[in-house]
Amino acid sequence: MAAQGTSRSGLSSALPLLAPAYLWLTAAIFLPLSAMVFFSFMTDLPLSGKPWAFTLGNYAAFFSQSLYLTLLLASLRLGLEVTLWCVIIGYPAAYVLAKVLKGRSREAIFLLVILPFWSNGLVRIFSWAMVLREGGILDTALNAVLPFKINIDLMYSYPAVIIGLVHSYVPYMVLTCYLTLQAIDDSLIEAGRSLGASRLQVLKRVIIPLSMPGLVAGAALIFVPVVGSFMEPRILGGRTGTFYGTIIEDQFVAVFNWPLGAALSFILLAVVLVILAVASPVLKRAA
Amino acid sequence: MRMPRLTAFLTATSVIASVLAASAGEVHVLNWKGYGADEPWAVEAFEKATGNKVINDFFNSEQEMLTKIRTNPGLYDVVMINAAFNDQAMAEKLIQPIDVSKLSNYANISPDKASSPMLDHDGKVYGVPWVWGLTALAINEKSFDKPPTSIAEMWNAAHKGRVVIRDDAVEAVQFGAIATGQNINDIKDMEAVKAKLTSLMPQIKTFWSSENDWNQMVASNQIDIGTYWSGSADRAKTHFKLPVSLVIPQEGAVAWLDAFSIPAGSKNVEGAEAFINYMIDPKFYVEWVTKVGAPVSANTKAVEALPEDAFNRKVMGDPEVAKRIQFQAPITDKQREAYLALWQQLKVDVK
Repeated sequence: MAAQGTSRSGLSSALPLLAPAYLWLTAAIFLPLSAMVFFSFMTDLPLSGKPWAFTLGNYAAFFSQSLYLTLLLASLRLGLEVTLWCVIIGYPAAYVLAKVLKGRSREAIFLLVILPFWSNGLVRIFSWAMVLREGGILDTALNAVLPFKINIDLMYSYPAVIIGLVHSYVPYMVLTCYLTLQAIDDSLIEAGRSLGASRLQVLKRVIIPLSMPGLVAGAALIFVPVVGSFMEPRILGGRTGTFYGTIIEDQFVAVFNWPLGAALSFILLAVVLVILAVASPVLKRAA
Repeated sequence: MRMPRLTAFLTATSVIASVLAASAGEVHVLNWKGYGADEPWAVEAFEKATGNKVINDFFNSEQEMLTKIRTNPGLYDVVMINAAFNDQAMAEKLIQPIDVSKLSNYANISPDKASSPMLDHDGKVYGVPWVWGLTALAINEKSFDKPPTSIAEMWNAAHKGRVVIRDDAVEAVQFGAIATGQNINDIKDMEAVKAKLTSLMPQIKTFWSSENDWNQMVASNQIDIGTYWSGSADRAKTHFKLPVSLVIPQEGAVAWLDAFSIPAGSKNVEGAEAFINYMIDPKFYVEWVTKVGAPVSANTKAVEALPEDAFNRKVMGDPEVAKRIQFQAPITDKQREAYLALWQQLKVDVK
């Protein structure tokens, strides 16, 4: 009874603090998202001034043509590859930041990791376009140094999309892993070493398991937006740059078919949620 | 229960918006952004001459334009509609007949444009032809000793990986129709179009979507040839000094015609007529071409006011060219969806 009383009064005193955030979330996310759910079941937008009715046709369209499934699988593969590269690049960097560097040098390196966040995403992608194209910065620089002639034209290709996305998202991995790695007590590592574990064993048995929550959080933060990405594939991917996200964008921007675009978006959301739900027990056990 | 209320709410807001927005002396114009009607110097000159105030609004696709005039009855006074969409707008009673006797410049509109069956219905004029242009080919002059004459150059293995095409289903399918010797408005053999475009895909470097994409790729010498708009090719050459020249292939090219209409329920028809008349005026046109670069005016006097060697007069006015081009006719929503499905499939197959 007493405990209940406290929790209730705790909630009422917390309400003024929570209200702004929840009102904002309701107005800015929940309402538009509900409207989109509503649109996805319609034959035409009520805004278009034409008669409309309810239909499941937009969802059926996904299954009626193989191209949507092909593109969804391509996007999921893209998400996995980008996440993997972010782990390979981001985790060692986070380890060095958390356990090796101290003081000034740590601050400086940290700043370099965060720096891309301060620039606009579009600017970053267009900078990559200048670097990757034939006769671009990378091509010119390598040919100036190397004794033989090579031709580097990565622009408008699948690797270009991967490079652009990894660059955009690797800071998430560094930050989340840094936080969990920093929280690992150094004496645990020392204890493992003094009990005869090799460096590799310490990494496998102590450091990676203890930092797993950071890895999982970083992977989820990267995987979800990358699967739906459309700007980077469109600009860097050239003729290979058609993905699930670009098809959704076409429905909204080019052909003004919001109902189909909304339905395709919710199918993506459902697939991503299923993947996260299936993966979470496995990842939890690992953690 | 919720749906009628939602619709009622949407209608109410648009009615309130239109009541608040439109008052006499204001001309509300709906057009693509950066397409003549919103040039600051032009708006200023028109306002000074007539006392009407111009308020510009923009759309990003023809479907969006139709939606805007459907849901805001009475808000707009002038709307720019591609002639291929005029039919649909008239059938839905979104636009009203125009009294062309009030437009002093209308008499100079070239007769073939003025009598276009896409704009005239039952002897009434629903659209005043403004400008027209081509979707043809453009080349990077650095890659050619002499300009090609055939559309087949896009398939030439020498240009593999250095060809571009616009990311637009209708344009791509109509381009395929020309390449297979078909009428763009009556494509009989869709399989041939598909096969032709499929064989083009390995040649493609990327799909362009804006003028800026095209110009940047030429500036950095990444492409040889691609589909391009006539007005844009002219702008790239004269204003950006890029090595670009337009090629109107012997097989033909897709032509489009843009026209001004007055939406049904316009509150300032007089102002709308004055604005349209100003838009087809030679003085405005010459200034537009010189300062910014523009497509070809439908007003013959306006084209004659250009210098003799001007691209829009010399090349586009050539009777030989007129014989080769095919004007876009209206297409149904069903056709549009079929074109989009074909185009998306081609883009997925090439991955």
